[in-house]
Amino acid sequence: MRRTAAAVVRKDLLLELRTKETVPAMALFAVTTFVVFHFGLNRGSVAGDLAAGVFWVTLLFAAMLGINRLFVAEREQGGFDAFLLAPTDRTALLAAKAAALFVFLSVLELIAVPAFALLLLDPSPWPALPGLIGLLALANVGIAVIGTLASALAIQTRARDLIAPLLALPLLIPVVIAAAKATTPLLLAGGPGDVAARWPLILGLYDVVFALTAYAVFDFLLED
Amino acid sequence: MYGKGLRALSLATTVVLTAAFALVFFYAPNDADQGFVQKIFYIHVPMAIVALCGFIAGGVMAIAHLRTRAQKWDMRSYVAIHLSLILGVGVLLTGAIWAKASWGHWWVWNEPTLVSFLIIFLLYACYQPLRFSIEDPERQARYASVFAVVAGAFVPLNFLAVRLAQAYTHPRVLGTTGGNLPGDMRFTFLVALAGMVLLFVTLWKYEMASKHATMQLRALRRKLAGEEEPVRATGRTAAPAATLHARPDTH
Amino acid sequence: MAAPDEPAVELHDVGRDYGERAALRGVTLTVPAGATLAVFGPNGAGKSTLLRVLATLLRPHRGSVRVLGRELPREGWAVRGRIGLLGHDPLLYRDLSGRENLRYQARLFGVDAARVDELLERTGMARRADEPLRTLSRGMVQRLAVCRTVLHDPPLLLLDEPLANLDPAAVDAVEPLIGRDARRTRVMTSHDPAAGLAQADLVLGLRGGRAVVAGPAAGVTEADVGALYR
Repeated sequence: MRRTAAAVVRKDLLLELRTKETVPAMALFAVTTFVVFHFGLNRGSVAGDLAAGVFWVTLLFAAMLGINRLFVAEREQGGFDAFLLAPTDRTALLAAKAAALFVFLSVLELIAVPAFALLLLDPSPWPALPGLIGLLALANVGIAVIGTLASALAIQTRARDLIAPLLALPLLIPVVIAAAKATTPLLLAGGPGDVAARWPLILGLYDVVFALTAYAVFDFLLED
Repeated sequence: MYGKGLRALSLATTVVLTAAFALVFFYAPNDADQGFVQKIFYIHVPMAIVALCGFIAGGVMAIAHLRTRAQKWDMRSYVAIHLSLILGVGVLLTGAIWAKASWGHWWVWNEPTLVSFLIIFLLYACYQPLRFSIEDPERQARYASVFAVVAGAFVPLNFLAVRLAQAYTHPRVLGTTGGNLPGDMRFTFLVALAGMVLLFVTLWKYEMASKHATMQLRALRRKLAGEEEPVRATGRTAAPAATLHARPDTH
Repeated sequence: MAAPDEPAVELHDVGRDYGERAALRGVTLTVPAGATLAVFGPNGAGKSTLLRVLATLLRPHRGSVRVLGRELPREGWAVRGRIGLLGHDPLLYRDLSGRENLRYQARLFGVDAARVDELLERTGMARRADEPLRTLSRGMVQRLAVCRTVLHDPPLLLLDEPLANLDPAAVDAVEPLIGRDARRTRVMTSHDPAAGLAQADLVLGLRGGRAVVAGPAAGVTEADVGALYR
């Protein structure tokens, strides 16, 4: 199963490197959204809970772009059949796609965090970086799992670009809640404070619950 | 099959609901702080509880569908979720009325139950569009069940997250739910809850019976017309179509 | 594991629906190991559905299916690595090269990378194996699809018009890989009665999902096949 998942992740990363379809679009979208927020909020800089909110909302919507594209190659170029014909554990596809999405989100954040610091953030994020990275990792797991599920559900429908975000966004609200609450003290104007332990715990709980749920149901999406 | 006991159930529902109605207006005392308008709580909270249980029941039935592939579980899950969604609208409306009467705003963000409900409503509102946009009926049922399971797992997590987010910012605005209800209010609440549960179950059975009957009628018509029976009835609706033929166990 | 004289494919009263329609109904046949079954029929007759059921991609709604001694769909996982499906879709990613695609497939099937290079040589694709599929002609893509199909040396081949888009040189190149061989059982669809019958030991003619013609190829003429299309 690990070998299969690794093979699929490798194939997806190779495809993305070759076509550069998803990650650049997500990054560009995030940076543009920061600019839009500047004009929408009519502020030169944000800090504290406003900063956390702007950042996580932007990240979430940029993630939607990635989620929409996740299974498109499988659907349009026979990738599902190619995988289903192989003597492999079907759940490997879930693990692989979630891992790929996790990587895409991480690359997105590598660009979005500095862009955010440059364009909108008032305090410097660097002292808060370890905490921020930890939170991003936890949130990415949740977004990756739910994103893969929503994308897989939507790919067989007629209105797939619409359905995937409509499914994913409500499901990801707890992630936004926990992540924004957790990040707020890290982005305070006076310097980073402590993160309340409950929020990373909630993110962790969310990740575990949905990883298990996804593991249980994913097979049913693939069979016929 | 579903019609059995429907009449008794309807009767019981009517009796209990009438009793609840009477209790609300003539027995339960007016709330000291909020006055008469607080009585909307006797509809709002039972509706919320029943709707949430309905969503989770829909998820459990969906699990049964995935495991047994029996069409009947998909139908049951669909009806449960669809009824809960309607109740959900009721929850949001009664919640808004209560908020307006108590606080002067049609919506408040510091009532975690209401906020959680909004999120859950937005999620389950995708259920029918999702079904409607998958054409193959078997796949439609399967995908709908996966959704119902994921959404069912989401309900408690969502409540937890929203509640924690509010915990230390505002006290409960539309309180008086939970343990510390005085005796007469508690009794009224329980009767109202019982009535709501009965209402849900009755409507559920009624809708199941109606769908089943439609199906049988369609099959009979086809037999009379001498047509070959299609193995599965379909239509461009979001509702699942149950089959009369027991699918052979291909496991 | 199928015993040496156990049939490669056994279908009994198999049915599969597509929405309201039955795409296959009451199909019964047995294909001994090493034999070639030619499947004829007009478009929509159920040929592709049959292949997909045998490939474990579709579960049968009625009847029983045994492939290589295993009951489908229950034991589908056990036979997947021993079936090769070549359909209309090459099942290859257009933005990757032939070699990258086949290496990916090799990893999925647990096949050595050297086999990829060997097949690329044998089908004459070695020179252009590192260009994205998008830049290749349909015939070349079809050759790569054949490579994909036989990568894991499957004892059962399911071929949907395998020689479409291939020029004579390419046909010669792939023939040893997917042609008659005692070690391989083949189920092949074809629209060419003469060519199909020449290759076949058994014939199945489908119309409207039903088996209208079924039996040894010796007893079936081109006219019989032609009648299916009328």
